[in-house]
Amino acid sequence: MKKLNQRAWLFVTPVLLLVAFNALIPMMTVVNYSVQETFGDNLFFWQGIDWFEQVLTSERFHKALGRQFLFTFLILIIEVPLGVAIALAMPRQGFWVPFCLVTMALPMLIPWNVVGAMWNIFTLPDIGLLGYFMNHTLGIPYDMTQNPFAAWVTIVIMDVWHWTSLVVLLAYAGLVSIPNAYYQAAEIDGASGWAVFRFIQLPKMKTVLTIAILLRFMDSFNIYTEPFVLTGGGPGNSTTLLSIDLVKIALGQFDLGPAAAMSLIYFAITLLVSWLFYTLMTMNDNKS
Amino acid sequence: MAQITLSNLRHSYRPDPADDDDYALKKIDLTWDDGGAYALLGPSGCGKSTLLNIISGLLVPSEGKILFDDRDVTALPPAKRNIAQVFQFPVIYDTMTVYDNLAFPLRNRGRDEDIVKRRVTAIAEMLEVTGMLSTRASNLSPDNKQKISMGRGLVREDVNVVMFDEPLTVIDPHLKWKLRSKLKELHQRVRATMIYVTHDQTEALTFADQVVVMQDGEIVQIGTPVDLFERPAHTFVGHFIGSPGMNVLPCEVKGGAAFFGGEQVALEGPAGGAADGKAEVGIRPEFVSVSTTGGGIAAHVRKVADIGRHKVVEAIAHDSRIHAILEGDAPNAGDAVMLDFKRSQTRLYKDGWLASRPEGDVR
Amino acid sequence: MSLELKNVSKRVAGITHVKETSLTLETGHFNVLLGETGSGKTSLIKLMAGLDSLASGQIILNGRDVSGLSAQKRNISLVHQFFVNYPHMSVFDNIASPLKVAGVARSEIEGRVDEAAGILKLKPFLNRKPHELSGGQQQRTALARAIVKESDAVFLDEPLANLDYKLREELRDQLPELFAGRGAVVVYATSEPEEALLLGGQTALMTDGKVVQFGPTADIYRKPRDLDAAKVFSNPPINVAGVTKQGERVILNETTSWTLPGAAATLADGPYTLAIRPHHVLPVETPAHSVRLSGRVLVTELSGSESSAHFEMSGQPWVSLSAGVHPYQVGEVHTFHLDPNHCFFFTPDGTLAA
Repeated sequence: MKKLNQRAWLFVTPVLLLVAFNALIPMMTVVNYSVQETFGDNLFFWQGIDWFEQVLTSERFHKALGRQFLFTFLILIIEVPLGVAIALAMPRQGFWVPFCLVTMALPMLIPWNVVGAMWNIFTLPDIGLLGYFMNHTLGIPYDMTQNPFAAWVTIVIMDVWHWTSLVVLLAYAGLVSIPNAYYQAAEIDGASGWAVFRFIQLPKMKTVLTIAILLRFMDSFNIYTEPFVLTGGGPGNSTTLLSIDLVKIALGQFDLGPAAAMSLIYFAITLLVSWLFYTLMTMNDNKS
Repeated sequence: MAQITLSNLRHSYRPDPADDDDYALKKIDLTWDDGGAYALLGPSGCGKSTLLNIISGLLVPSEGKILFDDRDVTALPPAKRNIAQVFQFPVIYDTMTVYDNLAFPLRNRGRDEDIVKRRVTAIAEMLEVTGMLSTRASNLSPDNKQKISMGRGLVREDVNVVMFDEPLTVIDPHLKWKLRSKLKELHQRVRATMIYVTHDQTEALTFADQVVVMQDGEIVQIGTPVDLFERPAHTFVGHFIGSPGMNVLPCEVKGGAAFFGGEQVALEGPAGGAADGKAEVGIRPEFVSVSTTGGGIAAHVRKVADIGRHKVVEAIAHDSRIHAILEGDAPNAGDAVMLDFKRSQTRLYKDGWLASRPEGDVR
Repeated sequence: MSLELKNVSKRVAGITHVKETSLTLETGHFNVLLGETGSGKTSLIKLMAGLDSLASGQIILNGRDVSGLSAQKRNISLVHQFFVNYPHMSVFDNIASPLKVAGVARSEIEGRVDEAAGILKLKPFLNRKPHELSGGQQQRTALARAIVKESDAVFLDEPLANLDYKLREELRDQLPELFAGRGAVVVYATSEPEEALLLGGQTALMTDGKVVQFGPTADIYRKPRDLDAAKVFSNPPINVAGVTKQGERVILNETTSWTLPGAAATLADGPYTLAIRPHHVLPVETPAHSVRLSGRVLVTELSGSESSAHFEMSGQPWVSLSAGVHPYQVGEVHTFHLDPNHCFFFTPDGTLAA
């Protein structure tokens, strides 16, 4: 009875092509590399799942993965509560709203590599504002090129500075959408500030916070540019996150097979953890 | 519970109000008796929500005082006033069960769990939501959500006043009468002072023992539903209550008699000392009779609407529109008819305000 | 002009929103769709307007099959329950927008907008933005946009539902005149029976995604085809009770029975469902209201000049609606009087018997 409108394909095809070129085809190349060995000259030898076994059993991979989880855990545990707190403190209406929003958005507008370079210079012990202040004014030894702990503190603070705004803006969007009547009702019901947060603001922010956590997880789990520019993975391997290690293996050592296998494992972990997050956070909604 | 007194209340949303037009509320003096059922009735923008927010403490008036019994509460925040309010859109705490929602105001005030349980069970039974107590409140239909909002207002035994701000807006028309009657029943059982804000005459007249009619930030009449219908103090009340509202016809007063288009209209009684000049005659459609032979004012029928239980006739006489409500047979559009006004219900209004007095009233 | 629906239906994800419906809607009067929220009025309007695709059937507008056409190509107008205007445009531009889209000359646009704004009393506000208007003015702007276009069909989906009570009355009064003589097929959805009666014309009663009866409004009010139709077309709800007919008499319960007048007397003996509108059950006795019922008053309501009482009799809810104010006491047992000449009798399967 109903005629299907075939014209819709016209609009979808360019996107499909684009996705094919920038995702599907490169990914298939990676799959191809991950099961073969090559010594150049376009000569390939079938390797099966050897590379996967090698990666999964290598201590180096375990350590990088551990560092990666630690990093992501730290920035989530800091950025989400901090972002929500800042969003709560921001004015909901009036003269200062646009000012606050623009200030919040600024760090996000700066390119990744610039952020890395900025913080690099900022923390140099002899000429950087922060580095000089810490070492010479306060007398606290602080040099992230020498001290792994200082390096970690620096990359975490840098990421918090760069990306907390995203959580703030999303949480703020959730907050301003709460009708005034809710606050008035809570006031009349005698609810404390904490109860208002717990029973009104948090539930109403839940959807946007789910998105914020997912985005921050995926971004931080795949982070490369900023720590690479800032520490280059050092001192030693102390800040060598998964992506930095991957690049070292692929382009530094030119071990394309293991690097491809590692990429796929990396991808699978990101996907799995994202799915876990999402399922856990939306589980309550489906319960009746 | 308490008697609520509003004295010399004025409110403006502007920082520096100059003249009367800048005020959303213009000089309100009013006393709400303990345990009464009141309605604040008026069109949107008449100031009724402003007044409500001032009583609940969500808004501090520009001028004047609010007293709960003898205590001045003008500057107190809502939580300190011991009041309850039900909003236009149901406010429920999504993550809580129905039971926890109802218990919330009590728990916030540190009541014992067994008192909480007793009160919540009693209120749930009154609202007929006992079966839903353990479900998550976010899964309820709008009318049940609104019931829970009402329940949270009624669960505290010591509230000074419960206020309803157009609480049936989001309720399906076919369910409205059920909640309307539920509210009335609740008032009879709880006996707390209740103030119901609405633009809907049925809701106001059904709920309230005393209706306060507002227009443009002023109170135009306070009265029982019967008063408002039979003796509107102002043409606005006549127009606003009843459907169709009261016919308001321009007239000329000469020596205590009213003339509509040159014809004398018999008034209910003395013209109340209304000076000669322009005035208005008010007569409800229910008290206009239509005939083809009898006496009265000559008119022609413009439109007849058959609404089942009666017919609404719209006739034109001396360029004015006059509605009549007829049971049984009605003329057709285009017919020439005679309109007769029931004398005891024909009133004279001067500058909008009721001037005529009933027969035998010798003031 | 006419709008003809031939066996149209709509299913979404296996759920039927509109059951197979055939209707012929004419111009010259209002075509009212009356039904409760969720009865399928809006779904049907979306099909007629071309905002939703049909699962089956055909829609013929002025003899042309428009079933496969999108809303833009049907030359129709739609006014929604919520005040839908372009927020960034002035009232003038809002009203002019359909004409600009249609490529009407600038000089002609001004004249037509002016005329529409005049009828809807919007002339003083032509330069304002929608948010500077009251709800009534915003909805009048949406209505002006609908009439300026000279559409073949105009769909009004509960256009007054979000307005103040008195504003609703005023605008409802103007609506029939607004569309008179424009030649468009006017379809008006509402959930209020009284609104349907005030607008007159033809009414289609809807429940559960299907049209249960269609005809001149006053006729179907007086002669509902079945119990569903009677229920949809009554607010306050129509009184319904099981009765037994025995010889000349009808038995409601142990204490109440009466001799049947008119056509109902010729019905075969047996069980029937009685339905009687609330305004035929009065709190006072009159020559016509001769059957006594006694019930416990549950709630009373007052609207302007009328009062209604909800009462309970043998476990069944009943409603009485009468002119004037009656001092009922809630909880008291009150005697009500039923007019036996205005009872409907339905057979057990729900069709009207008498």
